[in-house]
Amino acid sequence: MVKITLVEPGGKQIIVDAKEGGSLMQAAVAAGVTGIVAECGGSMMCATCHVYVNEDDLEKLPKKSEGEDEMLDSTASIRKENSRLSCQIKIGPELEGLKVYLPESQY
Amino acid sequence: MKIIEGHHEIDVPDGVPVWDVDPYDVNILQDPSDYYAELRSKGPFVFIPKYSILACGRHKETKEVFSDWERFVSSRGVGLQDFELEEPWRPRSIILEVDPPDHAITRRVLARALSPKATADLKEDFQIEADKLIDELLEKGSFEAVVELAEEFPTTVFPKAVGLKENNSRALVDYGAMVFNALGPDNELRRNAMAMGPTTVPWIVEQCSRKNLKDKGFGATIFAAADAGEINEEQAEKLVRSLLSAGVDTTVTGIGSALWCLASFPEQFKRLKEDPSLMRPAFEEVLRFTSPVHSFCRTANGDTEVSGVKIAEGSKILCVLGAANADETQWSDPNKFDIGRRPTGHLAMGTGIHGCVGQNLARAEVAAVLTSILNKVDKIEFTGEAVWRPNNAIHALDKLPLIFKTA
Ligand code: HEM
Ligand code: FES
Repeated sequence: MVKITLVEPGGKQIIVDAKEGGSLMQAAVAAGVTGIVAECGGSMMCATCHVYVNEDDLEKLPKKSEGEDEMLDSTASIRKENSRLSCQIKIGPELEGLKVYLPESQY
Repeated sequence: MKIIEGHHEIDVPDGVPVWDVDPYDVNILQDPSDYYAELRSKGPFVFIPKYSILACGRHKETKEVFSDWERFVSSRGVGLQDFELEEPWRPRSIILEVDPPDHAITRRVLARALSPKATADLKEDFQIEADKLIDELLEKGSFEAVVELAEEFPTTVFPKAVGLKENNSRALVDYGAMVFNALGPDNELRRNAMAMGPTTVPWIVEQCSRKNLKDKGFGATIFAAADAGEINEEQAEKLVRSLLSAGVDTTVTGIGSALWCLASFPEQFKRLKEDPSLMRPAFEEVLRFTSPVHSFCRTANGDTEVSGVKIAEGSKILCVLGAANADETQWSDPNKFDIGRRPTGHLAMGTGIHGCVGQNLARAEVAAVLTSILNKVDKIEFTGEAVWRPNNAIHALDKLPLIFKTA
């Protein structure tokens, strides 16, 4: 299990135990985090699993695919440099301690 | 090896129960819940001798087979026919019936055309049409909701969203039914569907060309990708065809099933009226509960193993999405329609790289219809019996007599 911190827009921190090999989206949904909607279940079609990755952690993540890059144009909350789709973040040991911020809204 | 329904016969894998059932029996297609439950209870896979296929209906294995595109390919067809052995009835789909790396190219173009942003732009137009239609139906009193609402709405808004210059509602609905029935065995449903070919296929093919599309809409986005050199002209036409294949019958079914759920469970409709923020999760629950696409196949592209079951190269596996969506190990009280549930992970829209590329459009259409109903209607009641229409891949209503009432 890999510990990931999700910060709600109000500042509340939620720490989830994410399974290696799964996605951050799956871990958040399993933990009942409502700030991740994930309507498409991870098919990279809905952009409702949007997160802002803590700037210092960005380099831990592999680069986004062109498909993810395009889909990020459809997020409900403003897209930023550190925007990612949590369904595309694959959990591995290198992500221990990763911190992401949840957007104001997902749709 | 012998060929059966267009694929190789296979041996019964060790430890897999043989179940002498016909998943395409009209009675099962109309009322599948007992079949779903029995399929799950028998084990991770069953062998069905009538078609020499494997079938799975537990969430875990269904998800694994349906999403692992390396081991379980789509390029050999998502119906019973193996495209390595037989040519499909129409030139294959260049998105649904291909694997990576080819898939990634066409998928990106359609994902762009049907992105959440692109479909959000249609919201106002959809709402105007939905309000108009619901007002008419309120005025009318009792109505047949499959034709007068579930078909009427998508066939009004979809051609415009695509940018079709010409509309032919009948051909759009019939072509969808054909495409989905073609995924089954050579049964009466498939033969009847194929008989509609001469009246529908030429019109559909004709609409896919650039000259028949307006310069605004999903079609235009697709042809812009051709202009940019991402795909060629022929691929663009085929992608428009994909929209015309999968974009109407499915949403007709989604809208019909949503109405059926709300009429069947009035306490849930009441709850939704009291808290409209449940609208989107409510539609997800409709999808989970009714599974408009009840089953699609994959083909094992090599010898492999799933949950201890050895699966031979060339095996066709029927992935019963409807059964997986009612798996009691995945959902608590799965046979309960509960709009407060969070059914993320249902397989009604597929999962993984082939997960429905049109889902934003489907959601936008349903949202418009439901918003209008929540604003204008206080009660939805049956005025006769609802009847389900058998189709080899789609679980849809055939008749839905309803009345909308205001308090
Ligand atoms: C309630 C409505 C809908 C349902 C239940 C539904 C269901 C599905 C399912 C289960 C798949 C996965 C197929 C597979 O993995 O083999 C799929 C894929 C697909 N859907 Fe939908 N669909 C719906 C609406 C739409 C609409 C409105 C469109 C087009 C405008 C569409 C176009 C497609 C296409 C092109 C694919 C293939 C995607 C790929 O292979 O990458 N669908 N759909
Ligand atoms: S879950 Fe839909 S894009 Fe990530």
